[in-house]
Amino acid sequence: MADYGKKYQVIVVGAGHAGCEAALAAARMGCRTLLLTMGLDTVAMMSCNPAIGGLAKGHLVHEVDALGGEMALNIDSTAIQFRRLNTRKGPAVRATRAQADRMAYSARMKRVLESEPSLDLKQGVVVSVETVSGRVVGVKTREGVDFYGRTVVLTTGTFMRGLIHVGLNNYSGGRAGEPASLGLSDCLRDLGFAVGRSKTGTPARLAGRSIDFSKLERQEGDDRIKPFSFLSNAPDIVQAPCHIAYTNEQTHEIIRNSLDRSPLYSGVIEGVGPRYCPSIEDKVVRFPERNAHQTFLEPEGRNSDEVYPSGMSTSLPPDVQLLFYRSMVGLENVEIMRPGYAIEYDFVEPTQIRPTLEAREVAGLFHAGQINGTSGYEEAAAQGLLAGINAALQATERSPITVGRDQAYLGVMVDDLVTQPTLEPYRMFTSRSEYRLLLREDNADQRLTELGRSVGLVSDQRWRSYQEKMDGLGRGRSRLAEQKITPADSAKVDSLGLKGLRNGVSFEEVLRRPEIGMDHLVKLDPDLARLAPAILEQLEISTKYEGYIQRQLEQVARFRELEQVRIPGTLDFATIEGLSNEVREKLIEVQPETLGQAGRIQGVTPAALAVLNIHLRKKIR
Amino acid sequence: MNCSDTIVAPATPPGEGGLAVVRLSGPDSLAAVRKFFRPSGQVKEFASHHLYHGFLADGRGQNIDEVMVVYMQPPRSYTCEEVVEVHCHGGQQIVRAILDLFLSHGLRLAQPGEFTYRAFMNGRLDLTQAEAVARLIHSRSEAARVVALSQVEGRLSRAIHLFTEKLRRELVLIEAWIDFPEEDIPTQDTTRVRSQIYEIIEEISILLNTFETGRVFVEGASILLIGRPNAGKSSLLNALLGEERAIVTDIPGTTRDTLEEGLTIGGIPVRLIDTAGFRDSCDPVELEGVRRAKEKILSADLVLLLVDGSRPCHEEDLLALQACAEVDTILVVTKSDLGCVDLDPRFAGIRRVAVSAKTGDGLGLLREAVTSNFGADKGSVDRSVIVTEKRHNDALLKCRESLQRIIVSLDKQASLEFISSDLRDALGFLSVISGETTTEDILGDIFSSFCIGK
Repeated sequence: MADYGKKYQVIVVGAGHAGCEAALAAARMGCRTLLLTMGLDTVAMMSCNPAIGGLAKGHLVHEVDALGGEMALNIDSTAIQFRRLNTRKGPAVRATRAQADRMAYSARMKRVLESEPSLDLKQGVVVSVETVSGRVVGVKTREGVDFYGRTVVLTTGTFMRGLIHVGLNNYSGGRAGEPASLGLSDCLRDLGFAVGRSKTGTPARLAGRSIDFSKLERQEGDDRIKPFSFLSNAPDIVQAPCHIAYTNEQTHEIIRNSLDRSPLYSGVIEGVGPRYCPSIEDKVVRFPERNAHQTFLEPEGRNSDEVYPSGMSTSLPPDVQLLFYRSMVGLENVEIMRPGYAIEYDFVEPTQIRPTLEAREVAGLFHAGQINGTSGYEEAAAQGLLAGINAALQATERSPITVGRDQAYLGVMVDDLVTQPTLEPYRMFTSRSEYRLLLREDNADQRLTELGRSVGLVSDQRWRSYQEKMDGLGRGRSRLAEQKITPADSAKVDSLGLKGLRNGVSFEEVLRRPEIGMDHLVKLDPDLARLAPAILEQLEISTKYEGYIQRQLEQVARFRELEQVRIPGTLDFATIEGLSNEVREKLIEVQPETLGQAGRIQGVTPAALAVLNIHLRKKIR
Repeated sequence: MNCSDTIVAPATPPGEGGLAVVRLSGPDSLAAVRKFFRPSGQVKEFASHHLYHGFLADGRGQNIDEVMVVYMQPPRSYTCEEVVEVHCHGGQQIVRAILDLFLSHGLRLAQPGEFTYRAFMNGRLDLTQAEAVARLIHSRSEAARVVALSQVEGRLSRAIHLFTEKLRRELVLIEAWIDFPEEDIPTQDTTRVRSQIYEIIEEISILLNTFETGRVFVEGASILLIGRPNAGKSSLLNALLGEERAIVTDIPGTTRDTLEEGLTIGGIPVRLIDTAGFRDSCDPVELEGVRRAKEKILSADLVLLLVDGSRPCHEEDLLALQACAEVDTILVVTKSDLGCVDLDPRFAGIRRVAVSAKTGDGLGLLREAVTSNFGADKGSVDRSVIVTEKRHNDALLKCRESLQRIIVSLDKQASLEFISSDLRDALGFLSVISGETTTEDILGDIFSSFCIGK
């Protein structure tokens, strides 16, 4: 084997959504970084649907952006349609979603990687992680080159021992048309990791020219685009529509009659698939009373005729796929360009990593994305960013960071991963957060930009714009408190519909009324009108929902109390008196780092927590 | 266990003792006590470790008990926190009333071993004691768990499970509407959610109303006998007890102090409390007896107002009637064997039973009237679910509060995430009785009830 010679501080394996963020973060924090990928033409590839964002996922993208990541900027400049979801609901559950131009997304990300001075982007297949006495020292490639690295971030996606199923046929592969990564998961097993098997799937890609869109309902993008990044302006683009089609009884009949040729139903597939992303055959079997299932036909890009039928993933044989797609209105003459398939792949049980995403057993080794049993581009990107930051911090001998459940969806996700058993690929939902009202898209910068700045990832430009927002918020807040409306001020009273006003009221109090919005007040006060829309939105939310927000802040304060009690890594849970055996085993398996984390492990009772707390205090004294 | 809030619990064992102590620990202790304590002398600032005499009164100014209060400035207390102890008269009713007072003020009922736990956390106990505390918490929570398990088969826990399931169904819908706006799920319909929540509020209210009944089965009921001297209180007491216990003479006012006797009526453990008679008097001994009787009326679960049916109505009968205007009362017309004169119309509208202690006539009817007063007549107890534990009652009350907030929010057209937040709180309170509802449970329900997946 040849030693490449250059000493990297951070090596990132895999250039998907996790790998790109990890490598960019490390390089931007000043580390000599290497990004190794099996294929330079598939950087930041969207293996499944050509879309970014949605509920909770859009929140994650905003968080990545606030910390100084790339995903939001990348989608803002390559999207072909924007939609804001839940606009009629409250601010915490409004979310942004965009259709991406798949090839443009990938190409732009590659260009961004290439223009980062301290980042080397190379093609190579990693077959093993090299360690010396429990510490990572680099990676070995199939091509016969050894790369030295102080830290290594693994982002293997669906490639480790990937097995693609199309009908009862299966073959080794990491994604349609690409080889699997063999050997790496064996190496991880040898290093002492518990490796599990996951499953996911994707629908066929259809030829747009063979679809009769005139028979289908169109879904347009929003008139007013709200981009993801706090730095972006609304892009000036002609948006592409999606279309809605439906399955019917005939479709279901075809599927039911072919279940014996499904790898899922004939027991060929051993991995567990996600409940939130069932294949069309699963839907038909599990919901027999439904006579139709809806699908969004999403365009894959401006320079592509391929169309992605969402919610129609399948591993039935190609002839059955063609038959059932063609049974749908509008798709009577459809041509399949790539058949749908299911894929099984290896992941590493995430209870073996720390909340910093570093492996407990191998110092300097970090895991992010599907290797941690998650699914989704946004989930991967957020983890990649955190892993990249912590790898860079370690390589430059600085302390790692963690993100709390009260701080970000990223924090909720990582905490769930390291404390809960993996039953299916993990996807983010807003319901997973107990502090949902605080973790909004609109305030992601207020939650995280200072953290990003402290590790050196937030650029001067982003920092300046953040500080301007904070200054504006301060000015706006005092303006709302100071400005008063008196009963004598009949013009203002009338315009706000405050008939019968007896005493003077501040703007703030007026804004608490459900029928009055910030737009009303802006008309009355030029000082307020000068503030940016994002600032006005913040002021409106924090005033209108103050009661709810206050209650959550109190919950957070209680939560932090336990979160601040650290459990030393040297603590032997087996020696603690007064714990049941079941609790002891759980604690030994998960190795929680704080008392709060211990409390979130299933089966750890409040009484057990109290016993643990007493033990910790005893140690300190 | 959280150590930043203020907790309250009895520090003396349950049962009838001469005195009981209710202990408060945490930053709000002194403020909470000051709110309800009326010192008999002038008290500007409470000096630490001094006893203060006075009365504890509820929010409406009604006295609950005559008490002694001691404030312990941190760290010179058992828990090293701000501690106030209220020394009150023994007896479950009084202790319960005092706890209710502080719980309604926002304090939390202490967990098993929590005072000791706090003492340790604040460095009050040494290392050897620490192990003992751990064992104590372990064993007490185990004991509580065993009690909880024994109720798993019980009707109460089934009823609570039903509430949990119903609330969970609504939460599942709400979370699905929030997280899957573009999926094929039933369209948002909050009127249905509202009516479901409303229904559960009603059911919880019915359950909460049984707490009194449930409580009297566990803690017993105190029944006070009042009436003018020689109205026949002691005779009735003896008749019910079946033995000569109180001193009975023909000289009015022989019973000089309250006498307490225990027996069961219709399965309810009852303490019959005889009082000195009511009459206008200048005799200081008797005046003291009357004062005590008036005080006792307010803490009694039921009053038996005795009127001698063989004699015309007397001013003192009306005095007694006045005294028990605010409590559950049964009018007992005594000496029915001696014939009956017409009662004053002011006694109309009160449940009435005529008895003769001498012949035993009407005693059965009186027993029935007592049991039905506590909603414990045979039929209704067998069929209904009752709340017997303070802890459960507390959880249901808080759950209902959260649900009522939801109704208000829905009427204000608040968005779903706010509804969800209160709904989760409501489920959290029920979890004290029925076990936890995790996010995983909710997600599982969403994916099994709705066809989701893009």
